[in-house]
This record gives sequence, structure tokens and C-alpha cells, in this order.
Amino acid sequence: MKCIIIDDEATARAIIAHLCASVDGLEVVEEFPNAIQAIKFLNKNEVDLIFLDIHMPDFTGFDFIDTLKTPPKIVLTTSDKNLAFEAFEYDCIVDYLLKPVTLPRFLKAMQKVESTNVTTSVIDMDKKESTDSNNTSDKELYVNIDRRLIKIDFESIYLIEAKGDYILIKTHEKNYTVHSTLKKIEEKLPDNLFLKVHRSYIIHIKKIIDIEDNSVLIERDVVPISRSNRSELMKRLNLL
Amino acid sequence: MEQPNLSYIEELSGGDNAFKEKLIAIVRKELPREISDYKTNIEAASYEKAAEYVHKLKHKISILGLEEAYYVAMDYEEDLRNERLECQSKFEAILLQMSQFIELL
Repeated sequence: MKCIIIDDEATARAIIAHLCASVDGLEVVEEFPNAIQAIKFLNKNEVDLIFLDIHMPDFTGFDFIDTLKTPPKIVLTTSDKNLAFEAFEYDCIVDYLLKPVTLPRFLKAMQKVESTNVTTSVIDMDKKESTDSNNTSDKELYVNIDRRLIKIDFESIYLIEAKGDYILIKTHEKNYTVHSTLKKIEEKLPDNLFLKVHRSYIIHIKKIIDIEDNSVLIERDVVPISRSNRSELMKRLNLL
Repeated sequence: MEQPNLSYIEELSGGDNAFKEKLIAIVRKELPREISDYKTNIEAASYEKAAEYVHKLKHKISILGLEEAYYVAMDYEEDLRNERLECQSKFEAILLQMSQFIELL
């Protein structure tokens, strides 16, 4: 089985490569300090498995997966304990290893890799099970920052960005970093105003300035649009 | 106060001294760079970016067996994302402790 390792930390790459050496038939064909180099490699080469860090500068692990047409099996390696839910929305993600990775946990992941068939079935999004999803308002949202509940008007929000265990809510007045997930806030936002255009971004569709290929300019931010979200965005626009 | 140690590295190495030395050498090279990048961002008041380096340093903290320090780093990372620096001196004392330990190996 051919694999590659993507992690901006040399220490983490060395640890995973060492652990791979303890598994018969698993060959590390290449290591990359960033996702861009890995994409170039994968344009010309096929692998069976990718060990992928989530937090990398500029291009996260999730951004990387979104670029792959037919992703191979992926094992995430991360120091984040709170991304499991998001991770398992991807069928290609077989396991989720918390750093520092130990040999017994690594071997368990490899058993999962061998016994899992990656499918392309779509996750049933109707299974969203928020218990408080009825507590929605069509005008504002309250977020908990430093034990204070702060009111943010929906109209003032133009962009929400996932940042690891946090979300960054950008408004005209200021930005708020909140310990939450895009999935949670998405359930609280009015559907007619907001749209998730990428795994890591929700935009206020009335605030779009322009759209070019696979990105959208909103205020002064350029936001990527995933292939899978592009058609929904186009449907929402009043196109001439 | 807990002390940095090589328990994780030794367990991972499984008696493979060449790997142990290689990993220590990588940590010795990478740690000062990450600390320097963290400090540069703190001095520039780029707290979001500094938090990313704290996130990265958490791995080194756990590799060196500092379990309590790991939680300090977790809290500090969260604080920095909200532009709070209360844990700064505590966190930087951990960085100093790690740097001194790794240099003596």
C-alpha cells in the first residue's frame, strides 16, 4: 500500500514515517510540508492512503480534501480534539489520530484502513440532530465570548470562517472569534441570507461583490467556492 | 512542577537509538524556529497567527511529556484567538523549560 504524509511539522512527519515502517506492506512514497506540493504530486501519481494534518498555514487539510476529485483513504493527524464530527462528514476519512500518535493507536488506525472500503455515498444531512435548533431568530444571534453573551445582527455578518475549533464571524463593525463549528452556526442562520460555499466558509449572499471562477469576493475577502457548492450558489443569484 | 522527559520518544523508538537521535535532532532544530515565529507574531500583536504557532507547539509539548503544560497551551491558544494574554508568561516559561531541556540532550 502506497502512502504519503502531509504535515507542516517535520517532527510529525518523522513520527508518522517511523510508525509506517512498523507496518508490513505500507510504503511511504513521499512526504510534504504543505498541501500544495502534495496536490502537484497527486496530479501525476496515485496513492492508496494519505496521512494528513488539518492545521497547516494557508491551505488546511479540509481545503486539501476538497480539491481531490477521487480522494484515496485518508487518516487525519491533528492536535485538535474537536474536529472529529467535521472529519467524519468525509467518506474518505477512515480515522482520526490525535498527536502525539502512539504505536498501538497507529496500528488500530491501520486495521481500520485495511477493513474500510471508501464509498462515495452522500451523508444524509437531514440527520442534523441539534436539540436547540428551534431557538432561532430571524434577526440576530447571541454568541458566548469570555462568559458574555454578545448580540450580533445577521445583517451585519458578511462572512463566517472555520478556524480549527473556532469560527471567525466577520461583521462590518468587528470580528468575533467564537468556540463553535460552522455546522452549529449554520443551523442558526436564516437559509435565505446565508450559504455555505466551502467546507470552511459561510457567506451572506447579499454581500457578494463579484464571483470569479471558483472564488467569491465579499467585502475585501476572497473566499473559495467548492465544486459541490457552486451550483447552489448560482441558483441563489438573480442572473441576467 | 512537571519536567520535560523522553518517555514518549523512548516508547516510540522501541529501542531504535538511531531513530531516537534523529527525532531529537529534528525537535532541536524545529522548536527554536516555532518559538521564534510565535514571539514575532506576539510582538506584532498578530494574535490569531500567534495562536497557530501555539497550536503547533502543543505537539512539541506533548512529545516532551508535559501533560499539564499541554492544557496551559490549550487555554492560551483559545485566549489568543480572543486577544487575551493572561497566560502569556506561564506559557513562555514552558517554552523556556523545553528549550533548555532539548539543548542539554
